[in-house]
Amino acid sequence: MTDDRTDLQPGKSELITFSIGDQDFCMDIMAVREIRGWTGVTMLPHSPPDVMGVMNLRGAVVPIVDLAARLGLERCRDAGRTVIIVANIGEQTVGFLVSAVSDIVSIAPDEVQPMPRMDGLDSDSFVKGIIASQDRTLRVLDIATLSASMIATQVDA
Amino acid sequence: MASLSELRQVFFQECEDQLEELTDGLAEIEDLGPGDAPDPETINRMFRAVHSIKGGAASFSLEAITRYAHAFETVLDELRGGQIAVTRDLVTVFYRAADFLADLVASGADDSPVSTADLQTHIDEVMALSATPIAAEAPVPEEDVSEPDCSAEFVPIALDFGVGADGAPDMAPDDYVITFVPEAGLYSNGHEPVQLFHELETLGTLSVTATLDDDIAWDDAGPANMWQMTLRTDQSETAIHEIFEFAKGFARIDIQRVDAVPPPTGPGADSDVEVPETGSSDEGRGAPPSATDTTSVTETPGPEVSTKEVAPVDPQKTRAQKVSKATVRVDLEVVDELINMVGELVITQSVMTQSLTDAGGAEGREMAATLEDFKTLTRKIQEGIMAIRAQSVKPLFQRMGRIVRETAQIAEKDVRFVVEGEETEVDRTVIERLVDPLTHILRNSIDHGLEPGAARRDAGKDPTGTVTLSAAHRSGRVVIEVRDDGGGVDREKVLSSAIRKGLVPDTANLTDAEIDRLLFTPGFSTASAVTNLSGRGVGMDVVNSEIRRLGGRVSILSTKGRGTTISISLPLTLAVLDGMVVDVAGETMVVPISAIVETIRPRPEQIHSIGPRTRMVAVRESMVPVIDIADIFGFTSQRPAARDCVLLLVEDDRGDQYALTVDRIRDQRQLVIKSLEANYGTIPFVAAATILGDGQIALIVDLDEITHQGAAARSATPSTARVPA
Repeated sequence: MTDDRTDLQPGKSELITFSIGDQDFCMDIMAVREIRGWTGVTMLPHSPPDVMGVMNLRGAVVPIVDLAARLGLERCRDAGRTVIIVANIGEQTVGFLVSAVSDIVSIAPDEVQPMPRMDGLDSDSFVKGIIASQDRTLRVLDIATLSASMIATQVDA
Repeated sequence: MASLSELRQVFFQECEDQLEELTDGLAEIEDLGPGDAPDPETINRMFRAVHSIKGGAASFSLEAITRYAHAFETVLDELRGGQIAVTRDLVTVFYRAADFLADLVASGADDSPVSTADLQTHIDEVMALSATPIAAEAPVPEEDVSEPDCSAEFVPIALDFGVGADGAPDMAPDDYVITFVPEAGLYSNGHEPVQLFHELETLGTLSVTATLDDDIAWDDAGPANMWQMTLRTDQSETAIHEIFEFAKGFARIDIQRVDAVPPPTGPGADSDVEVPETGSSDEGRGAPPSATDTTSVTETPGPEVSTKEVAPVDPQKTRAQKVSKATVRVDLEVVDELINMVGELVITQSVMTQSLTDAGGAEGREMAATLEDFKTLTRKIQEGIMAIRAQSVKPLFQRMGRIVRETAQIAEKDVRFVVEGEETEVDRTVIERLVDPLTHILRNSIDHGLEPGAARRDAGKDPTGTVTLSAAHRSGRVVIEVRDDGGGVDREKVLSSAIRKGLVPDTANLTDAEIDRLLFTPGFSTASAVTNLSGRGVGMDVVNSEIRRLGGRVSILSTKGRGTTISISLPLTLAVLDGMVVDVAGETMVVPISAIVETIRPRPEQIHSIGPRTRMVAVRESMVPVIDIADIFGFTSQRPAARDCVLLLVEDDRGDQYALTVDRIRDQRQLVIKSLEANYGTIPFVAAATILGDGQIALIVDLDEITHQGAAARSATPSTARVPA
């Protein structure tokens, strides 16, 4: 899925875009390991509400996080179309449940508008920028912040 | 020469064995009662160990090790000869010497430089034990003057064995003239003359002259040069032959003893290769050389019967010992790779079994039977590989002995270090990762646990504190304990400090055990002053998390005025586990079989309720508390009544029995342990995860945690139960 990068221009980075509910998001494709359909997970006791459980990914135990819940949105686990984006965050491998994966876009850094600071909106800390393109608005997810919040859940748990 | 670096590596590995031997001997000597004479064999073993290190170091030109080992060996030799006696101070210095030697070996292994001043200090310290330290400077024989770099530290020891001052010593150095002419094949067979010369040096004073033919052109196939050496040594001729043993077929070697010759010509006079003296040649110097019979030049440096069999160089014997415990050194990665593969094999096997069972039918059943054999085989392979990884905790404990000595010295406390069960075998990875936690615990025990000598005396205790490090297998786990006989945990201080730091509310009403547990809370440190050793605020909580990462747990038991025991309970291996697969409120979970004593399907009248929550089950007249696993994990149990359940009677690492309720037992199988921490984190009451035959993940319950804290968890919300964990 990432092999076709002949159109990658210098300075641009590739982002994978996906939707959660009616919002479009994107994240650096380099962090993405694979995309797979939803399969059953094993529930983890005493886990934070956004951790759905763990999944067997070819012998590795990978936690699945409902990204909608993590971002403070409506849970997206309704339709059968949900998809798991398996990402490497630092040393960890984590699966994110999203509504659907759309496409891959090539973006130059200056196309990303920094996120305006707004107090009182917690979920915004995961969004580090906004890309307004043609007909849609892409929210750029901050992998580092997500990763930090993963560590936070570890301490809590 | 590629093989040289390999040999070097082998040497350092062997050094570890020798150092272990040395420390063993020291421990034996240390245990002697006052007035007891040490077993000569023990001292011989120690001597041999140091000597082997010296010999090896010399052949790899590791000068610092050679010099130090020589000094150490010298004193050991005196001890063996009975000129000096075993005292407490001697043991202390010897321990330090063994530690320093280990340091030298370590820095030799990674080629880091050794401070010469430091080396000299340590050499001086060891030599101060010598019975004749002053003799070193006094009558330096003339021939030594020309060898300035060693005369100071290589103290000549008058090996006066108490046979009367005027009795002629049995032995004296002899001089040999050795001619060494390499022939075709010497180099291609991996020999290197310089190595041989280095080895010769260990026997005594050596000077080497190289004679080159007119034709200087170097030709490996037909070397055309020769060396002539003069060696002054107190060793027998056999020892010299020994060195040339392997070169024999490839060189002409001529060894001639020269009777009562004057000392070898000063180096530099006619030698092209000048090698500094590193040998132990000086024994017996000052006494007239007994230029009598060649064969009477003994292998033993003294007439003492007890030492006769084990001369300083007794390669035959050392070699024989080596053979008896033939070992293979394998790269750990290779073993790990094998373990992983066998782990996958186990999973594949259970997937196959599962799908065959699901397929059903006569054929399926037949194949399933064949698979049983396959299972047995897989299991055997796995056990075999696990055995490869298993290692006794002895090296770890010895390392800890050093920590204890150093800590005791800094803390200025007298500490007796007792080791128990050091032959206990544990997975290698576990051993390596125990170093830091144990170091922390031991430092804490000495620094905080043991009272100062005066306080101990006032309390009517032995002013010397005792710290015991023990290891044992207990109900399928390894339990490592650090026990001190100090004052115990000062609970008032701990509690007030915890309240001050906001770790617990000041209204908290904690039990003693809960207060002790606070020591493991992050950010807690009791030391009123930050000392060199411990008390930087990290410490015990780091120990706790590190042990938990290994699938183990730390517990503390303290009695005021009597001491504290910190025990670490660890799984035997980090890779597989025999588990019972059970259903708990619709979830599949795994209980380690090692802890299960029996399973019970209780009759209703066996179960007794006590109060609103507590239930007990009567098992053969004893009452065992019942813990519902579904409660522990916060699952909602669909089970209408307790009578439909199955009880697993388990025994925890403290030997207490509990009954766990589960809905159904599904299977009993071998499972590969998968870490949850790598991608997620720790989950209360869950030890790890595993992958079942159908590819689903099941959680492995942490029995000990449930039994230790299960009661608290049931009566409180899980989050408060988690805080001290």
